[in-house]
Amino acid sequence: MSSKEPTGLLFDMVECIGCRNCVKACMEIHGFAGDPEEATTLSATCYTTMAVEDDYPIRNMCRHCQSPSCVSVCPVGALQRTEEGPVVYDASRCIGCRYCMVACPFNIPRYEWDKAVPAVRKCDMCIDRQREGKKPACAEACPKGATVFGTRKELLAEAWKRIKKNPRDYYPHVYGEHELGGTSVLFLAPHEVASLGYKASLGNEPLPRLTWQVLSKLPGVGVVSAATLMAIWWITRRRDEVALAEGRVGGNGRARHEERN
Amino acid sequence: MTNQRNARFGFWRGVFYLLLGVGLVLTVMRFTQGLGSVTNLSDRYPWGLWVGFDLLCGVGLAAGGFVLTATVYIFNIQRYKPIVRPAVLTAFLGYVMVVTALLFDLGKPWNIWHPIVMGNPTSVMFEVALCVMSYTAVLALEFSGMVFERVGWKRAWKIQKAVTVPLVIFGVVLSTFHQSSLGTLYLIVPGKLHALWYTPVLPIVFFVSSAMVGLAMVIVESHLSARAFGRQLEMPLLSDLGRVLAAVLGVYLVLRVFDLVYRGAAGMAFGFTYEAMLFQLEFAVGLLLPLALLLIPRVRANTHGLYGSALLVVLGFIVHRLNVSITGFEGAQGGRYIPSLGEALITLMMIAIGFAAFRFCVRTFNVYPEEAHEPVLAPARVAAEAPAAVLGRAQR
Ligand code: SF4
Ligand code: SF4
Repeated sequence: MSSKEPTGLLFDMVECIGCRNCVKACMEIHGFAGDPEEATTLSATCYTTMAVEDDYPIRNMCRHCQSPSCVSVCPVGALQRTEEGPVVYDASRCIGCRYCMVACPFNIPRYEWDKAVPAVRKCDMCIDRQREGKKPACAEACPKGATVFGTRKELLAEAWKRIKKNPRDYYPHVYGEHELGGTSVLFLAPHEVASLGYKASLGNEPLPRLTWQVLSKLPGVGVVSAATLMAIWWITRRRDEVALAEGRVGGNGRARHEERN
Repeated sequence: MTNQRNARFGFWRGVFYLLLGVGLVLTVMRFTQGLGSVTNLSDRYPWGLWVGFDLLCGVGLAAGGFVLTATVYIFNIQRYKPIVRPAVLTAFLGYVMVVTALLFDLGKPWNIWHPIVMGNPTSVMFEVALCVMSYTAVLALEFSGMVFERVGWKRAWKIQKAVTVPLVIFGVVLSTFHQSSLGTLYLIVPGKLHALWYTPVLPIVFFVSSAMVGLAMVIVESHLSARAFGRQLEMPLLSDLGRVLAAVLGVYLVLRVFDLVYRGAAGMAFGFTYEAMLFQLEFAVGLLLPLALLLIPRVRANTHGLYGSALLVVLGFIVHRLNVSITGFEGAQGGRYIPSLGEALITLMMIAIGFAAFRFCVRTFNVYPEEAHEPVLAPARVAAEAPAAVLGRAQR
């Protein structure tokens, strides 16, 4: 596998038989206790869940966005998008502001609310296993081709191949191909899915752009406002001095002047 | 009278120590058993009262500092000088409280310095962190003048005076950034924040409303300290501030209405949904009512009228910040976030410490310099009665 192409996961709702082996494998590899059947919401000790929507199973997990909001908002770079593709977290940098949780459009990051030294928790697409040349645990555990691991490019090709081969079974859309600038976790569905845990109306623009539009202007704003303030200071000061020199002074040495409204 | 005052003071002292005691216990719990042990924060609501009130409102309520220093030192409107010092003190204490609140709210506060060395320039939080740190430092320097003066370090005092103007300019620029960036924080959540509050102009909304609440806080704070320290009110001065406040409220009103109409969200403001009702509270009670009141000259000239109107502005501001940070998320996140008693008590403890620190500073330093030469107030009255078009005149 080339290291340039980001890796990803394809989840195929049509192929999935709902055995939850992926959830179980994820729990085992992280040493989390818990019943995969009961795991309905993500938590600090549960990085992927399987819900059933209209009789179809659907996984929830970090999408490993191409333009991740969480990475863009982290003030200390504790969240990073790796060369390999997964979005990973470094607890030693984290200050615990939880902006990543607020910003993630999919509501993925979780927090250790009961620890004195807490950390953010979420799926890292088994980056350590990937670096050893292994598949993420969930993909390895899947008995059908429902959770597939590969490069994002390969997965997109595979997804479209499946749609073309069985156009009656699939809704002709790969969720995550373009949404919010694209994600590395892709979904195939039997019909249009109203939501994959976020607002579909958000479209294809990466969200971090909304912030950057403002932030990138700040240096300019700073220079201009500092210059304006200095100019105002100089002018008002000058006005006083001129008034003083011309003898138009009121009271004990300070000129009267009007405020601009 | 004196007895009554003593009794009242005794009562507040009791409240203060009670809050301090309970707060201490909660603090220990917070740092040994995690945020979950004292707060109602959750994965759905990672930000609650401490971000919504202590941070967002705290920073806004301290805006009187930059508004007044700019008025006096940049616009050179010297007649406001008597109330600069209390405003700077309020702002400084406000920021110290904000930082303290952050120490409670951050999961790993001991890493609070990380943004300085690991800064991520695409993060608004990084910008907020830098601004809080630098502006707290600026305010400390602005405040230091009072300390140097008191302990008699002439040399230091002179240096402080000499750098006042650059310091003020830096402070105003930082405040502009900082006040607006608290709004910028929310630009990245168009899918989560309700359309009544999510707008691309959030940074501008936050900035204008901070100037507005800064002015209102100067009025409120003057009234409170007048009562607490038995001082005379600078009524003509404050009435004039009331007029400026009305103007800023007007600008803010136009901005908000225009934005809502432009985005087609105005319709949501009417009706009886949870969001609509909190929006109406913010808008009607916290914006329209005080604006209408402040437009009446008799209300502006009246101590209670002015104080009441300013209080309404402060209330409307607080509701707006809480709407943006909490109400606006409830539709998307599901459920409700209501702060726990622990969160509320720690916030109250911090406010109490702030009041105590303010009182200490007023007793220790020369915070109200005009006290020495009371008659100065007379010419101000003349100026205030000058033609309406003229907002302020220097009189010293
Ligand atoms: S899904 Fe959320 S947590 Fe995962 S990469 Fe995207 S923004 Fe980050
Ligand atoms: S909680 Fe940690 S990882 Fe998340 S944004 Fe804040 S510093 Fe970054």
